[in-house]
Amino acid sequence: MARASTTQRKAVVTVCAWAVGLVIFFPILWTILTSFKSEVDAIAIPPKFLNFNWTLDNYHDVQERSRYFLHFMNSVIISLGSTILALIIAIPAAWSMAFVPGRRTKDILMWMLSTKMLPAVGVLVPIYLIFRDFGLLDTRTGLIIVLTMMNLPIVVWMLYTYFKEIPGEILEAARMDGATLSKEIIYILTPMAVPGIASTLLLNVILSWNEAFWTLNLTAANSAPLSAFIASYSSPEGLFYAKLSAASTMAIAPILILGWFSQKQLVRGLTFGAVK
Amino acid sequence: MGQIELKGVAKRFGDAEVIPPLDLKIEDGEFVVFVGPSGCGKSTLLRLIAGLEDVSGGKIEIDGRDATAERPAQRGLAMVFQSYALYPHMSVRKNIAFPLKMAKVPQAEIDAKVNNAAEILNLASYIDRRPGQLSGGQRQRVAIGRAIVRNPQAFLFDEPLSNLDAALRVNMRLEITELHNTLKTTMIYVTHDQVEAMTMADKIVVLQAGKIEQVGSPLDLYNHPKNRFVAGFIGSPKMNFMTGAEAAKHDAHEIGFRPEHIAVGETGDWKGKVTVSEHLGSDTFLHVDTEFGIINVRANGNVDVHHGDTIWMTPDRSKVHRFDAAGNTL
Amino acid sequence: MATQASRAAGRLMISPAVILLLMWMIVPLGMTIYFSFLRYNLLIPGENPFVGLENYSYFFTDPNFWPSLVNTLFLVGGVLLITTVGGVLLALLLDQPMWGQGIVRILVIAPFFVMPTVSALVWKNMFMNPVNGVFAWIANVFGLPAFDFLAHAPLLSIILIVSWQWLPFATLILLTALQSLDSEQLEASEMDGAGPLARFFYIMVPHLSRAATVVILIQTIFLLSVFAEILVTTNGGPGNASTNLTYLVYSQSLLQYDVGLGSAGGIVAVILANIVAIFLMRMIGKNLET
Repeated sequence: MARASTTQRKAVVTVCAWAVGLVIFFPILWTILTSFKSEVDAIAIPPKFLNFNWTLDNYHDVQERSRYFLHFMNSVIISLGSTILALIIAIPAAWSMAFVPGRRTKDILMWMLSTKMLPAVGVLVPIYLIFRDFGLLDTRTGLIIVLTMMNLPIVVWMLYTYFKEIPGEILEAARMDGATLSKEIIYILTPMAVPGIASTLLLNVILSWNEAFWTLNLTAANSAPLSAFIASYSSPEGLFYAKLSAASTMAIAPILILGWFSQKQLVRGLTFGAVK
Repeated sequence: MGQIELKGVAKRFGDAEVIPPLDLKIEDGEFVVFVGPSGCGKSTLLRLIAGLEDVSGGKIEIDGRDATAERPAQRGLAMVFQSYALYPHMSVRKNIAFPLKMAKVPQAEIDAKVNNAAEILNLASYIDRRPGQLSGGQRQRVAIGRAIVRNPQAFLFDEPLSNLDAALRVNMRLEITELHNTLKTTMIYVTHDQVEAMTMADKIVVLQAGKIEQVGSPLDLYNHPKNRFVAGFIGSPKMNFMTGAEAAKHDAHEIGFRPEHIAVGETGDWKGKVTVSEHLGSDTFLHVDTEFGIINVRANGNVDVHHGDTIWMTPDRSKVHRFDAAGNTL
Repeated sequence: MATQASRAAGRLMISPAVILLLMWMIVPLGMTIYFSFLRYNLLIPGENPFVGLENYSYFFTDPNFWPSLVNTLFLVGGVLLITTVGGVLLALLLDQPMWGQGIVRILVIAPFFVMPTVSALVWKNMFMNPVNGVFAWIANVFGLPAFDFLAHAPLLSIILIVSWQWLPFATLILLTALQSLDSEQLEASEMDGAGPLARFFYIMVPHLSRAATVVILIQTIFLLSVFAEILVTTNGGPGNASTNLTYLVYSQSLLQYDVGLGSAGGIVAVILANIVAIFLMRMIGKNLET
């Protein structure tokens, strides 16, 4: 290969890659831009890219006209709550599978995975009826329960793949040094697994935040997180582009930022460790 | 005190018998090396003693007390692992202090003991660093330090030098031997390297397929191997084995001569062609193609023999090792 | 490794997760199966008699069933085709040395973090709207008539929206796989006289094929149950032109309150997903060995 033209080649690649990247990112960029326009500028033809009167009114209006903050908090509580609950259940399970594997461990892991493959629509009816009978429809608690169970297999799997990378010898050394099981987990395993636990938490907050099947079907005005609340803008009277953009921007911004931090872990979590 | 006795200790994983019932007595203050090819069960045996694995049968006694059912930490043993198993999120100081902290030793005493260990092992200069910032040799010292502070009845070493480079390995070998001379505590050391076994041990236990082939001092094993396996395993370069007419001369099924017991000369008993000659300066290792196959010879450093030369060899027949058909020494 | 005591502790610590998931799987699934054999409509109070396979025969003969099955297949197939091919190309591009690689990477994966409802709304209103959308303006610039995407090509529009969401996923995983390729392997093949094309086909493609399979299988699982995008953009219409299996079951059970029929549809969806799942599980299971 001719190595001399490296710089030239790099320049071409850079231009192509940036062009493709910007095209893919454009809808998000456009949404963010539109959120700062007046409603008139938002639907102007030809579209106004930067030459419009920047305004923050939409952000203000979104909150005025709806209980935006309530839905935002619903999203925060539901996604964090379900993730933390899943972690509490999953950490001991993953510990057990990574460090005391039995003959069945592999089967259990695969079975857990298989529950994730169950399409949600297959259990929609009974869950809906159970929730109706127990008064869990349109409650944060109900949604936290569903999302915990939805994400539990992923959480167990991710933690398992992270724990597997911690050498068993270190835990044995702790045992030799007189650590009991609980101390072994508190002083040795958990501090060593912090990066893994953190990225598991991050990925699951993202998945729960964006979940839109159960949130749409099980919530209404009170407990709807943003993913369900935003859908109300699809009704005809909600056709205000600038406000829709402002609401959308606020809904996706936190997760976009979190997501960028967790790129690498994302691959591992979403492929159940099959690609690292 | 650190006397350890295994009585009929056995280990099975499922149906596979890894260690058939065996007996072994380790005296207080002894440096015992378990040696054998990989997969011979030496590490498993060590882990049984440590309590990291349950025995499938038999009894482990430490200072006459039945320790079979005790948890690892209760046995009063300290272990140095192959990967050192340092806690990566703790400084060297905290690593060494960890067992004391687990035993709820008062902080002042912990500090004193850690400093003492740091002095013995010469690691004071990096005591506040994390394991990730240390070299292999330094990590090894920290791992030993963590073992020392507990004042254990015995040290267990699981191939502790196998991750070090050759020069460092020789160094650490010396240090561990010196440590043993200073502390006079029982040490059990697992290795697959017979040189380590020969140089360090008071007593060597040669294992194969979970069975003890022979127990004895290094020279004992070298001079009087009980069978063909031990004869072949101990000593470097390896012993030369011959069957057939040559063995019949000594009234045996098979015979062996160590490379250092074969002399090279203008004339002699066997003729051969040199395939490779390795000049180390102090010694010359010759690989000679003969009618019996390749024969290893250890000649002195000044022998001027090269690839392709034809030479004559004479074994010192008073040093012959004779084996029967089952491989046992006659 | 491990002793009796730690094994017992292990069993104890795994049980909450196992028991909870078991309940989560068996109870509702059992109820779905049970309901699917009943005549059960929330709007018609009274007895819910056992009717055997009646719901299934209704479901399969529903005029919306076959179109929705075909739509499901088109949706899954279309998105897979776009994202896999696009993902390989993008991954190859992003793997080249360039300036600002980190930023481009961030731009490319961003759509994955946009919640389905938001991306559906943004595309529907701000891009595909025949009057005010960006696409209408672009068509206008080229002197073409504006095209009403969601009215005239609803399924294709949804395929585009969903592809936009999943392209980053495919790219990210394929890129990760590409970067895990040992550069010494490439150098060795270069020394062995392989040109760029030969290196791509003999070294990279085999290396990527596993990751690509994972991408396809995992996406299939998610794509079979695309829901929010349809609900927000077309409500399955016009007619049943963009109704997939998931949406059909949703409308039967939660819009028409026919629990029996919806349950039968749910079971059909489960069976369909399981066929894919078996392949995926085998892939991942194999990976567990190493």
